[in-house]
Amino acid sequence: MAIWFARSRNLVSSLRHNLCTSTILIKRDYSHRPVLTTSHQLPSTVFSSPFVASLLRHESTAVEKQPDELVLHSDDQEEALQELDFPGGKVGYTSEMKFIPESSSRRVPCYRVLDEDGRIIPDNDFVPVKEKLAVRMYEQMATLQVMDHIFYEAQRQGRISFYLTSVGEEAINIASAAALSPDDIVLPQYREPGVLLWRGFTLEEFANQCFGNKADYGKGRQMPIHYGSNRLNYFTISSPIATQLPQAAGVGYSLKMEKKNACAVTFIGDGGTSEGDFHAGLNFAAVMEAPVVFICRNNGWAISTHISEQFRSDGIVVKGQAYGIRSIRVDGNDALAVYSAVRSAREMAVTEQRPVLIEAMTYRVGHHSTSDDSTKYRAADEIQYWKMSRNPVNRFRKWVEDNGWWSEEDESKLRSNARKQLLQAIQAAEKWEKQPLTELFNDVYDVKPKNLEEQELGLKELVEKQPQEYPPGFHV
Amino acid sequence: MSSIIHGAGAATALSTFNPVDSKKLVSPSRTNLSVRSQRYIVAGSDASKKKKSFGSGLRVGHSQKLIANAAVATKEADTSASTGHELLLFEALQEGLEEEMDRDANVCVMGEDVGHYGGSYKVTKGLADKFGDLRVLDTPICENAFTGMGIGAAMTGLRPVIEGMNMGFLLLAFNQISNNCGMLHYTSGGQFTIPVVIRGPGGVGRQLGAEHSQRLESYFQSIPGIQMVACSTPYNAKGLMKAAIRSENPVILFEHVLLYNLKEKIPDEEYICNLEEAEMVRPGEHITILTYSRMRYHVMQAAKTLVNKGYDPEVIDIRSLKPFDLHTIGNSVKKTHRVLIVEECMRTGGIGASLTAAINENFHDYLDAPVVCLSSQDVPTPYAGTLEEWTVVQPAQIVTAVEQLCQ
Ligand SMILES: Cc1ncc(C[n+]2csc(CCOP(=O)(O)OP(=O)(O)O)c2C)c(N)n1
Ligand SMILES: [Mg+2]
Repeated sequence: MAIWFARSRNLVSSLRHNLCTSTILIKRDYSHRPVLTTSHQLPSTVFSSPFVASLLRHESTAVEKQPDELVLHSDDQEEALQELDFPGGKVGYTSEMKFIPESSSRRVPCYRVLDEDGRIIPDNDFVPVKEKLAVRMYEQMATLQVMDHIFYEAQRQGRISFYLTSVGEEAINIASAAALSPDDIVLPQYREPGVLLWRGFTLEEFANQCFGNKADYGKGRQMPIHYGSNRLNYFTISSPIATQLPQAAGVGYSLKMEKKNACAVTFIGDGGTSEGDFHAGLNFAAVMEAPVVFICRNNGWAISTHISEQFRSDGIVVKGQAYGIRSIRVDGNDALAVYSAVRSAREMAVTEQRPVLIEAMTYRVGHHSTSDDSTKYRAADEIQYWKMSRNPVNRFRKWVEDNGWWSEEDESKLRSNARKQLLQAIQAAEKWEKQPLTELFNDVYDVKPKNLEEQELGLKELVEKQPQEYPPGFHV
Repeated sequence: MSSIIHGAGAATALSTFNPVDSKKLVSPSRTNLSVRSQRYIVAGSDASKKKKSFGSGLRVGHSQKLIANAAVATKEADTSASTGHELLLFEALQEGLEEEMDRDANVCVMGEDVGHYGGSYKVTKGLADKFGDLRVLDTPICENAFTGMGIGAAMTGLRPVIEGMNMGFLLLAFNQISNNCGMLHYTSGGQFTIPVVIRGPGGVGRQLGAEHSQRLESYFQSIPGIQMVACSTPYNAKGLMKAAIRSENPVILFEHVLLYNLKEKIPDEEYICNLEEAEMVRPGEHITILTYSRMRYHVMQAAKTLVNKGYDPEVIDIRSLKPFDLHTIGNSVKKTHRVLIVEECMRTGGIGASLTAAINENFHDYLDAPVVCLSSQDVPTPYAGTLEEWTVVQPAQIVTAVEQLCQ
């Protein structure tokens, strides 16, 4: 089947007679490829997309002019000659009535760098990670584990109302964050606190949010794990699934307009990809040529819904092409692979002004949240397998240790320090006073309107009249 | 399909209203009302006689006369300005938008067909040529997504003006509008602001059927964090547009499909309107009539009759649908002690219902009679002309209601 697109009619006709005699080699200009130091070819440069977006979307911002391109992928050159200029480009004809199959015979392979034992697989494309960076990545992955453990226990003890761990997804959390620039704007789902940790959000700051105290930047207005930090370019999480995707297209649009050297990065779960916002977000970013990196954590489950009940495609990675978006499937439990893929994706997004989709294959080792008992709907040995044999933190640790960058001693020191710091943070967060009543009415608008002033006054009077009805220490 | 209706609707709207010199259209009785005013709005000419057909063969016509007769006096002040320029309401919106885009490079526009096409009601006409197709951005058809895009862009420093091709379609964006737009400033503890304007045509038009005749103000009014205004004259359309763009809060600006071709002379010098202020349309003594958007013209038509019958109604265009300007409204209630609300919104759960509650709560002691509220019937707006007409409040009903209230 011949599929080909061309921008210029002249170019096509001038090439026509060549078609019969020789195979056209596709010449693409990748002069904007990421400048990364690697001995191998980067994954970002090995596309085989048959479609080349031919027109720049915005006349007013023509980022960089691309050369006329022609991609030909033809087994039947006779038929390739017959084409019609439909709106949107030329389409070749075929006399074969052939439906595109629902899936390809081979599933899209998963890019990885480290094998299960934490050894680099020979002849691999990846962006090298030096000692300092590697150690920091490992430390943060381990810290995230400790944080999850302690906050989870705090919830079990009834000290906070809700919690949700990222157990099993530490590599996606930390390695993606490490691959980004601090100027890249992150629009998270909710299982990516590691990105914030990497950017410097302290354990105290995490604790303050979970306890909703006076020091919480969200002023105690959101349930635990809905972090947000303007300073760290991390949008405040909102509960409804997938709303952040079209927003990310908007952030990308904004960055594009201001010609910033940064991109939007948004996270979503496998379940979230069923929402209309996922599809519209991808389509919008593609059409706007907005620098957005979409990272889907395919962890197999959306609460109790298995991916086989969520979609019938070969996962998420294949959806990118339908929207005209470059995509890659990566082993989400391989920190080096995630790092390389995200780093290349963000370079492409920024230098070429285009969205990129990454599907990171992983597993949600913890329950969905503290409101869930996942043993009710999945086998205990499945959880165990992912927890032990496929553990991303252990895998990365082996590699770091094999390099001689990490020791047993470092390990126990790090974990006990993190533990200590977290316990203190929790105690302090618990003791902090809560927001005063007036914060109930602030920030609904930039300036408090009269009706809210009245409501505040009324409530204050009520509290002053019946202080016994309100918790001690409650201040107006 | 809907965009076809829209395109056609816009074209019809443009072609049926031949704006004529306002003075020719001033009916004799009108002078009673307009003593305080030198300026007039002209709602249309002989539009009611002329029937235009939609591209799809739909006929339009009947309700034009309602508005064609509704020439009224507007703001009393600032009339001394002999300068000024005359324009139609959609042009006033465009002018306000263009001025703000000139003033602030962060202001951008997004929506369906807002670019070179200029928007279904031509509010963004010429802007793409002037500011480029990135700042005046045509988006794919997905309301929730372009509203989300606007929110994301706003959180990173832009001031997007988001056009809903028709208000009814913004129901598809309800999630972004309520769960995100209205809440993120609050839930982020004030860290992020969402200075977007969401605007578009709404209200009962000329036989556009149920989905194209929505009054979404009733749906949106309980979303915390959102401000809502409805424009009704070229003067306030421009002033409110500019104010909405400058606001740090998300503002929904309601435009009415039948008002886009109202003509008025507006000042040459720059002005903005207060987003939270009601507009005194006609001061009076006997009764307070509160209204907004297109019903303002039905009220003013009724007022003519009422004045002839010896009544002196005070007419206030509440303009700010959230929050209500209870200061202006309260002062009027304290003077007249009687309130009639006239709205195009739904009887159940509408703006009028909220306003009634607010007046009862705040000014109960000043009322000599219970507040009366005239609203649209609680039915999907039917297509057929007569049925449609019966759905919304007509001037005669207003006259009767005032007579009963003032007994
Ligand atoms: C719009 C919406 N619908 C439903 C929910 C309830 N909900 C919360 S998390 C979740 C599952 C999401 O799964 P996935 O996207 O795979 O993310 P994961 O939890 O696996 O990280 C659901 C259904 C929600 N928050 N928002
Ligand atoms: Mg999942």
